[in-house]
Order: sequence, then C-alpha cells, then structure tokens
Amino acid sequence: MRAQDETAIVACIPSLRRYARGLLSDAALADDLVQDTLERAWSRFSLWQRRGEIRAWMFGIMHNHFIDGARARRSRPEDSAGDALPEVPQRATHADRLELEDLDRALQRLPHEQREILLLVAVEGMSYQEAAAVAGVPVGTVMSRLARGRDRLRQDLQGRAPAAATPIRRVK
Amino acid sequence: MDQSHLTPAAPPPDGAAPITEAELHAYADGQLPTARCAEIDTFLAAHEAERERVRDWQAQNQALRALLDPVLDEPLPLHLPLAPRRPSGRWQSLAAGVAIAAVSAGAAWWLRGAAGAVPAPQLAAAGQAALQGFAHRAAVAHAVYSPDPRRPVEVGGDQEQALVTWLTRRMGAAVRPPDLRSAGYELMGGRLLPGDRGPVAQFMFGDARGQRLTLYVTREDAGRDTAFSFGQDGPVNVFYWVDKDFGYAISAGADRQQLLHVAELVYRQLGTR
Repeated sequence: MRAQDETAIVACIPSLRRYARGLLSDAALADDLVQDTLERAWSRFSLWQRRGEIRAWMFGIMHNHFIDGARARRSRPEDSAGDALPEVPQRATHADRLELEDLDRALQRLPHEQREILLLVAVEGMSYQEAAAVAGVPVGTVMSRLARGRDRLRQDLQGRAPAAATPIRRVK
Repeated sequence: MDQSHLTPAAPPPDGAAPITEAELHAYADGQLPTARCAEIDTFLAAHEAERERVRDWQAQNQALRALLDPVLDEPLPLHLPLAPRRPSGRWQSLAAGVAIAAVSAGAAWWLRGAAGAVPAPQLAAAGQAALQGFAHRAAVAHAVYSPDPRRPVEVGGDQEQALVTWLTRRMGAAVRPPDLRSAGYELMGGRLLPGDRGPVAQFMFGDARGQRLTLYVTREDAGRDTAFSFGQDGPVNVFYWVDKDFGYAISAGADRQQLLHVAELVYRQLGTR
C-alpha cells in the first residue's frame, strides 16, 4: 500500500507542476513551490493516515505553501510575478503565442485566491467540492471566487484586445 | 452544493427550477448532471448574453489548458525529490520534517541536535508537520518590541489580571502568561498584535541581566498540531509548536538550551491545560 501511495504521489507531480506554473508563471519559482510541496509531502507521508485522496492532499499542501509565499510577496509587491512579466513580449511572432502571453499576464493579475480556484477547476478539472477541500474554504466561496475570477479575466482580456487591435485614434 | 449565495440568473421558466449562476458555471465546467444540462441548453438558447458568457468561460478553460498543459510534457527537473528519504528512526523523520518546514520558510534555520533534545511530552505532538508562518511573525515581533527600552509592553506585568482579562476578551479564548520565574524570567507584561488573520498575544519576560524573552500566542493555526520545532531568524532563536487551539512561539536571544528549558516550562503550564 505504501508503494502504491508513493506511486500516486509521483504521478501527481506533472499536474502539480502545471498548477504551480499557473499560480506563479515564473518556471523556477513554480518548481521551487513544487519542491517545497514534495518535500513536505514526503516528510509527512509516513504519518499520513489516508484521510483523503492523495491528489487533494498534495494540492492542499501546495495551497498552504503558496498562500504562505503569497503573504510574503504581498509585503514585497515589487516581487510579484505579474509585475515581473515583461510588458512587451520580445520577438513574439505568433499571434497564438501573444494571446497566451496576454492570458498568462491577465492570470497573474488575478487575486491569488481567485487564480487558485480558477486553475483547480479549469485546468486541473477538479470538482467544486475538491477545490473547496484543497483551498480549505466552503463550496460557496469556491463558486464566488470562480465567478469573480472569470469575470475579471474576461474583462481584462477584452479590455486589452481592442487596445491592441485598434490603432491610436486620430484627434482632429 | 451550496448555491444560496448566488442569485438566480433568470426567472423560472414554467414550472422548472430556477437556473442559478452556479449552475451556469457547473455547466461550463461539465459538472452538471446530464438531466439538468438539457434545461440549461434550453435556457441558453433563449438568452444570448448568458450564452456568450458561458461560451467565454469555456473558451477560458480551453485557453488556460493550452497555456499550461505543455508543462505536463516537460521532463521533471533534477532537484525534485521523487521518493521519501528513508530515515532510520523516528527522530530523524521528525527532524527531516522540521528541517523541510524550516527551509521552506526561507529563513536561516538549523536543526542539528534539536531532535535529541526534544523532551518527551512533545512526542505526542510530533505526529504532525511543522509550520513556519506564525513562528516567523513571532521572531519579527520579538525583534521589534523586545529592544524597546521605554515601552516594551502595552500592559505591565504588575497588572497581570487586567492583562489576562483584556487579552482573553480580545483573543476570544483564555490566554494567560506562564510563570517562568523558575527559569529566572519575570513577567514584564504583554501586548496585542495583529496576526495574519486576527489578534495575537505577546507576553514579554525579562531576566536579571535585562535579557528579554517573548511568548507569542496565536489561534490562527488552531487544529494544525505541530511538533516542537526550533528555528532561528537572525539573532533571534525561536521554539514553536501548535497544540490544539493555540500556536506558541518563544523567542529570545538566549541560546537554544535555555530556550528549550523555557519552552518545556511553557508547554507544561499552557500546552497541557
């Protein structure tokens, strides 16, 4: 059974990395978060009593680490990932690539609790209940964060699209 | 699912249950029972704005996956631990857990020898992992207030009862300072501080040489029982643990042995109430 759990934990790693990348954008920071999460998971692994599914447990650990980090970043806003992204993409040629970069930037501008829920649901495909368990909040909170996150992302992306598409209007 | 917080997005169609905003999200995420989906389809066919929103959410989901799915195919970086460390005994495993928690706090923690020094009562608490958030805040609070010559505390130790009443009221639970005189520390008083999610109490003690020691008591990590842990933040040494409803952190410039002695006293007086 232990070996099975170990396998289950390792099997989570790719999706943990994907989730971390969505949370932090910066690949190195994201992998640091994954590393912290794994080290914590392995250290607690022998004490863990199968109180829930491995995946929810792992994501819960990452949630805690991420929130701790987000608190630290909030006190040093200049370090926040959203600001660290280059405003002007260098040598981007593909429209698709540009769009994804826009999306990434908009994602990083979401409040972190909305970003978390949106990623858990939209990318990790978790049920609202699972996402609630991971974030340690009621399902109702998941729903309102999801709704707000989506609205905000939508406005953000729509607000930017015309600005990029239409040239500066001439003033007569 | 609790959907009561979300107002219905539309008046009920004849006889049918009203469609809620939450259901529209669940529809977009494929989390709605099939039977209900048909009703949402009907609703969306008649409501263009809602239809567009739902489509937009689905497009967001897709775009987010397009952005992030490539990560799944990347090779795992070298530094990720892919298996548990195999400790030879229980203490090492505790030490490893504490070390990891400490490392992730980003502070300069060290651990050598701490496991051997952990007293017996903490064995029970060692079944859970360590935390770092409040221990760090405690160290900072110690560094800020303990050097203050004029006003290290808000309420002096000579008004201990008033202090207890005040802190208990503000913390919403009985909080009283331990008696550390056997370790040579007199109560100087205490203050209330903003924690991360609520008030925390800080008691300050001083010894005959003017050395100060603070005890930080928080309810923010209630229930997340944590083993006795030791860490260091600059010149401040900290022992911390979470026992049931309270997290405790003892900070001082004193050395670890002395701090451990105090921690044991505190644990015995407070942690086992």
